[in-house]
Parts: sequence; C-alpha cells; structure tokens
Amino acid sequence: MTALSRREWLLTEAPESRRQAAWGRAYRGWLQFRRNKLAMAGLVTVIVLVLAAVFAPLLTLQDPSTQDLAGRLAPPSAQHWLGTDELGRDLYTRLLYGGRVTLGMVIAVVVLVAPVGLAVGTVAGYAGGLADRVLMRVTDIFLAFPRLILALAFVAALKPGVSSAVFAIALTAWPPYARLARAETLTIRNADFISAVRLTGASAGRIVLRHIAPLCVSSLIVRVTLDMSGIILTAAGLGFLGMGAQPPMPEWGTMIAATRGFILQQWWVPTIPGLAIFAASLAFNLLGDGLRDVLDPKRG
Amino acid sequence: MTAVSEDTSVRRAPPSGRARRGFRLFGAGLGGLGGVIATLFGLILVTFLIGRAMPIDPVIAIVGDHAPPDVIAHVRDQLGLDKPLYVQFAIYVRDLLSGDLGRSVMTSQPVTADIGRYFPATLELATVAIIIAVVLGIPLGVVAAAREGSRFDHAVRVLSLAGQSIPVFVLGLLALLIFYVKLGIAPGTGQVDVAYEGMVPDVTGMLVVDSALAGNWDVFQDALWHLAMPSLILAYFSLSIIARMTRAFMLDALAGEFIVTARAKGLSGMRILWRHGFGNIAVPLITIVALAYAGLLEGAVLTETVFSWPGIGLYLTVSLLNADMNAVLGATLVIGCVYVGLNLLADLAYRLLDPRVK
Amino acid sequence: MEVVVQNLRIAFPSPSGPLEAVRGVSFTLGQEKLAIVGESGSGKSLTARAIMRLLPRAAMLSADALRFDGIDVLNADENAMRRIRGGRAGLVMQDPKYSLNPVMTAGAQIAEAWRAHRGGTRRQAREAAVDLLAQVQIRDPGAVADRYPHQLSGGMGQRVMIAMMLAPDPELLIADEPTSALDATVQAEILRLIEDLVQRRGMGLILISHDLPLVSHFCDRVLVMYAGRVVEECRAGELARAQHPYTRGLLECLPILSEKRRRLAVLRRDPSWAAA
Repeated sequence: MTALSRREWLLTEAPESRRQAAWGRAYRGWLQFRRNKLAMAGLVTVIVLVLAAVFAPLLTLQDPSTQDLAGRLAPPSAQHWLGTDELGRDLYTRLLYGGRVTLGMVIAVVVLVAPVGLAVGTVAGYAGGLADRVLMRVTDIFLAFPRLILALAFVAALKPGVSSAVFAIALTAWPPYARLARAETLTIRNADFISAVRLTGASAGRIVLRHIAPLCVSSLIVRVTLDMSGIILTAAGLGFLGMGAQPPMPEWGTMIAATRGFILQQWWVPTIPGLAIFAASLAFNLLGDGLRDVLDPKRG
Repeated sequence: MTAVSEDTSVRRAPPSGRARRGFRLFGAGLGGLGGVIATLFGLILVTFLIGRAMPIDPVIAIVGDHAPPDVIAHVRDQLGLDKPLYVQFAIYVRDLLSGDLGRSVMTSQPVTADIGRYFPATLELATVAIIIAVVLGIPLGVVAAAREGSRFDHAVRVLSLAGQSIPVFVLGLLALLIFYVKLGIAPGTGQVDVAYEGMVPDVTGMLVVDSALAGNWDVFQDALWHLAMPSLILAYFSLSIIARMTRAFMLDALAGEFIVTARAKGLSGMRILWRHGFGNIAVPLITIVALAYAGLLEGAVLTETVFSWPGIGLYLTVSLLNADMNAVLGATLVIGCVYVGLNLLADLAYRLLDPRVK
Repeated sequence: MEVVVQNLRIAFPSPSGPLEAVRGVSFTLGQEKLAIVGESGSGKSLTARAIMRLLPRAAMLSADALRFDGIDVLNADENAMRRIRGGRAGLVMQDPKYSLNPVMTAGAQIAEAWRAHRGGTRRQAREAAVDLLAQVQIRDPGAVADRYPHQLSGGMGQRVMIAMMLAPDPELLIADEPTSALDATVQAEILRLIEDLVQRRGMGLILISHDLPLVSHFCDRVLVMYAGRVVEECRAGELARAQHPYTRGLLECLPILSEKRRRLAVLRRDPSWAAA
C-alpha cells in the first residue's frame, strides 16, 4: 500500500471492518494529538528519557559508582559532562542510571496499582450494595492520608529502600483508580448494550471483564499518565527524606539529599538531579494533558 | 503529591456537571457523621498496624539496648505487648481517646505535647500559603477560562503544569540559592532570625501572631520576612491545582445556556464572568481549596525540611530518621485527622451554601 | 423599531474550511409577529440571535446590512450592544432548566435585568420583579421570587424567563422555541401569555419554531428556512398557498382532521433546495 492510500484507508468514513474502524479512530486521535505542541514535547521527552534509561550503559563511559575522591565536586568538563558529585562519581552517568531507578519505580507502581484499582472499582460499581459500600469505605480510608505521609509511615514500618518505597507508593496510589473505575462502571452499568449482554445470559464476571473493564481503560490510561508525575515526585520526595532508594544507588531524590549541603558552592550538583525530576514529571504531565484531550474529550 | 483530577465521578446534567464532580472527588463517600467515624476508625487501625509491623522493638526503644531482662519484661507487660493484637488495639484506642499518643524517645516528651508545640508553625505556613494560592489561583483560572485558547490561557496552563511537576524541595533549594545566597534579598532558614529567638511569649505558637500580640514589631517583621519564601514556594503547588480546576470548572459553567441568558440581559462582561460564571462554581471550588489545603500538609513535610521550619513536617522527618515510632505514628495520625476534618468541612460547606443541594 | 437584515451569513471554522450555517438571509421586521420555521440546523436560531449579536465565539458573522432600529449591529461597540440586549430586545430560550442560573433565585435574576437597564435600588428592583412575576400570571409572586430554578416547574420557569426579558420593557421579543421543552398542556398557556404580552405592550415578536401550523395561527408572517437559506416567505394566512416544495412537503406530511388521507406523505428532499 502506498502512503496515500493507507491514509485514505485509515480516514475513510465507511470502514469495512472493526479493525479498520479501530485503527481509523486511533489515527484520528493521533492527528489531533499531534497538533498539541506541548503534548508532543512531553511525548518526545518521555521517549528520550526511556531510551536514555534503557541504553544508559551504552551512552555512558564511566561506572556510576566508581569513586574518585581527589576529583570530587568538579565542575562540568570534557571528561565529566555534568561534573562530579561529593564522592567524585560522574554526575552524567549517575543521572542516566538514576533514570532507570525512577522509571523502574514508576512502572512497578503502575503495574501493581492499575489492575487492582480497576478490579476493585469495577466490582464495586457493578455489584453495588454491601460490596460497594465496604470497598469504597476502604478506599476512603486510604484516601484520607496525604500520599507522601502514608508512604513515609509504611516505609518506616518496612525498611527504607526501593522495594519498600514502591510497595508504599502502590498502597497509597490505588484508591483514585478504584474511584475512577467505579464511576465509569456506574455510567456503563445501566447502558442498553449491557442489558442486551445480560439477556443473552452472560455471567456477571464476563460482563465486568469483557464489556465494562475495557471501556474503563482509556480514562484509566489518561489517569495513569497524569499520575506518573505524582509517583515520580513521591518517589523523589521519599529519596530526599532518606526513606527511598538508599545510597550509593543513583536515585535522583537521594542524590539531592546527599549533596544539598553543597548548594552554596557547587550549586549544580544538587540542582541537576532536581531538574531531571522536574523534566520527567513535567513531560508526563504534558503527555497526560494531551492524551486527555484526545481520549477523554468529554472531560475537556 | 496528591494527584488531582476532575474525573472521579459520574457526569451529571449540565450546567454544573464538572463542578459537581469536583465536589464528589473529595466529598464522596463521607456520607455524614457515620462515614467520618468509620474513616477515622480506619485511620487509627492503619496507623496501629503500621506501628505493630515495625521492625523496631518498642521496649528496647524505651529502655535501651542494655537494659536488664526483668526491666524489659516489666515494660513489655506495662505496654501490653504480650496480649493479643485486638486487646492491644483496644488499649491503643483507649489511650488515644484520653489524648495519649505515647512518649517520644527523641524528646522524651509526650507526643501530644510535641505535636501541640510544632503544629502551629505548620498551620501558620500552610494558612499563609493557601491564602496566596487562592488569591492568585482563582483569578488566573477564571481569566484563563474566559480567554480560552489565548496566549494567557496557554501561559496559565504551562505555569500550572510546571507547578505540579517541580518538587517543592528542589524549588526550595533553588530559591534559597538564588534569593538568599546569590542575591541576599531573602532571609535564610528558620522561623525567625536567631537574634530574635525566644523574645516573645508563646501564645498561639504562630510567631507572626504571637509577636503581633506582644506588640514586638521587630520580631513581627522578621518573622513575616522569614515566612515569605517558604509559604510562596508551598503556595505554588496549590496555586497550580486551584488555577487548573478553576479553569476547568469555569469552562463548564461558561458553556451553560444561562450564560447566554445573562448576555441577552445586557449585563457587563465582568458581571457575567464573576456573578454568573464564578457564582456557579464558587461552592464546588471550596472543596478543591480544602483539598489543596490538605495537600499543603504533605508539601509542608518537604518544605519544612528544606527551610528548617519547626513544624510538624520537620518533626515527622526527624522522628523518622531517629526511628522514633510513637512520634511518627502520632504525627501521621494527626495529619490524617486534619485531612478528614477538612474533608468534612468542605462537605458541610457544600451542603449549607449550595442552593441546589438543599 | 425596525430590524433590517440583508444577506446575513454566519460561518464556523472547521478542519476543512469555514462551514456556512446561514447563507444569505434577508428580511425586514417592523412591529409585527414574525415566525421563522425550519428544522434543526436550518440556521433559524442563529439568524435570530445575530440580531442581538449573541453568537458563539467561534462564529464568523457578515452581512450587507444588519440594523436594529438604525443601529449597525455589525459594527456597534459592546456598550451599544448591551443597551440593545435586554433593554430593547429580549430573548426567551427553549428550556428554563438550563437557561436560568441555577444558583440565583428567580427574583434576583429578574431584578438584575431590571437594574441593569433602569438603575434604582435593590428594593425597587425587587418590587419590580415581584410585579413582573404577577404580570406573567404567577399566583404567588412574592414566594416564587425567592425560589431557585430547580424548585420551579417547566412552565413556571418559562414564565420567570419571560418576566426577566420583559423587565426593561423591550420593543422586540425573540422567542426561540419557547415551548418545545414544556408539557403539551403548558405550551398553549405560555403561547397565549406571550401573545397577550406582545399585544398589550406593542412589541415586535420573532417566534422561532419547527411547528408550521402553530405559527400560522399565531403570527403575521412566516419565513421558512432550509439549510441556511430562506426558501419561502409569506403571510401566515396564505401558507396554504405556499410555493416552495419544501414548505409544501412539510404541510403535506401532517395529518388533518377535516380531510381524509389514506397515507401521510413523506418529505422527499431535493438537493437543489440546499444548493439554490
């Protein structure tokens, strides 16, 4: 197929198959998304961040934990592009490896949280009654703590470190997903097509799994993208307070905590990881904002 | 940070669909007093369980590593640690109801007394911050919505997305670097200059208020000056949320047919915008402001650490680093209760002030 | 008061260039009752709202002439337009559920319109509002003035809406499908009320509707719009002799009690009507 005819195939007003319709819808969404410059900037930044994290060993020449006490706190130079930290480690290398830690934590949290939230929300919304009340009460209890504070308490109860931080953030992050999925389910539940499926004898499990959950996914994706920045900030905050990743692991928040005392003289040392957190978090916010316009137009 | 979105409940009929969703986001489920009590109970249970899951032995934490075994056994018995978990929980709740959160190992003071001492500073910081956020954030959101798609609108969008993306501790460090170190126009960390410390009697714990009460205007000025930077930085995050939500609510309200009616009546643009547009979202916005205020408590933990602000956030982090579990759990519980309390207040305000709910 | 509309065009931007929703409409209106009839999307509401320049922000408006009592609506500044809106021309919309401000009492909304054009104290405005509510035949006007829109029935809401638009004593009333959201029994009452008020106050009226027989009883003159154009203009009494096939089609697909029709005709659209 030539490029032109592929475009026509995608944009046709009369798709011949469900697959063509789905692709056409996705392509129209992409065309709309592409016009939003801020969202595109976010998408590009996210891609760059992911690539930099994945290929960190190829993109760097030094080892993130090799110390050089003689050359500590060096300003940026040809050898150390972003200078060195308080133990003489290369900041550029540590920044890239730090991206691995941060993005890894974000992905781990999302993988843990989104399915749980979706399950709790759809079941509560579809079942209604007592199950709904109990599940939503539990959700409310977890919502009643500020996220970072509850995460701090959890991490303190476990042991400071990446896995406890992920677990703690996940424990505090699922309730909004449950709320969202429940709200979506409530609007879908009484739709005619669900009644039709029910009349054909489908079980409640099948209705929730095959017909309701898939329809919640697009708003969930938007929510996840917007939430990523919150997760990044919480993870960095935990690191900054000494409750997240532990040194010598190159995590951005931890790196700031370890070097904040040098802000007066070698200001770039704590500032650079700070800017990295800001850039990553902003990129996900911009991307999520643009995705919402496309996937969730009714909420403008 | 608490993520905020406007999409947590069922869409209702226009013109106030989104505004109502905003209310549901925060107030949902807290169905009356029973709901509040159930939530508080859950809060207590969660903190209790966290405390019991601690790897630290509370007895050792009190008596020290080298205490003789009979002392350890005695204290263990005193604390009820050999009893079943539910009995321990009952004891915990009983103590809590009589205002006993245990004793802090670090300060060797009752945790309630510590919190009473540190909380006012946080209240001071958060209140000034929320005032700044509301006073700036609401007009930004309203005007951005009125000029949807304009350059101003885009600027507000970028400003608020940036505000939700920058970690407060990075912003705090940068602000200290630029305004205190490089430019020398801002005071350093702390609530007041060392020279002024302890000069005014402690009445409310909020230094700005206390110095004003004592009529000591030098201290007052210095305290206000110290308050400026942390509160501005803390305000930025809330300002972003408030501006964004105000804009979203306003767009929804301005799309209403009653806005056409208001225009057809020949009203001025300002009156349409504020009386009819904003008038429709003012009450739901209270919920967002309450949520943002609660979110400040979270930001306060980090801001206070950066600015050595003697509030509950600093107390919490120092206790954490010293594994002072009674203090950590006490502070967590208190912050959780404030959160629930604000939620309840917003709910009440909604019920009392919005004619549609009556 | 005279309204002059010549070659009015209203377009909206779209990905594939501007889309014209109103394409060259012309008419004049004196102190009479004019009906604009057409199906949804025919441009009838936009045409009427253009007189008050109350169009969505994206709308692109142009005309050879658009005058309200000698005032050039196309180029008038916002202050001049505000004196027309409400002051000299009122607009009653379809559904009071949406067109009334949900967080202001009925009385406050009427008083606001009154004060905007006549000044005066809050007290005077409030008294005027109660008086206006009595004029639109609300039985307990004092109590209704203190109610919020969601506490009013559809018919009452529409009376409040009419009272609000009459507050500054306008010379022209534009009623945009004022009864289509109401129960059938209330519809007649509201129409009778509008007719009565227009008669008594000597106002001009533009009644927008999709109900051809209804307007032919009610109005002096009828404009029939199709796809952004006026396809037929005639005196209401002569509607039965209408020329345009669209108008004829609309009339023929209605059941008439006095005549026996075996099968109702179905409107067959001709692309040439839109192209003309």
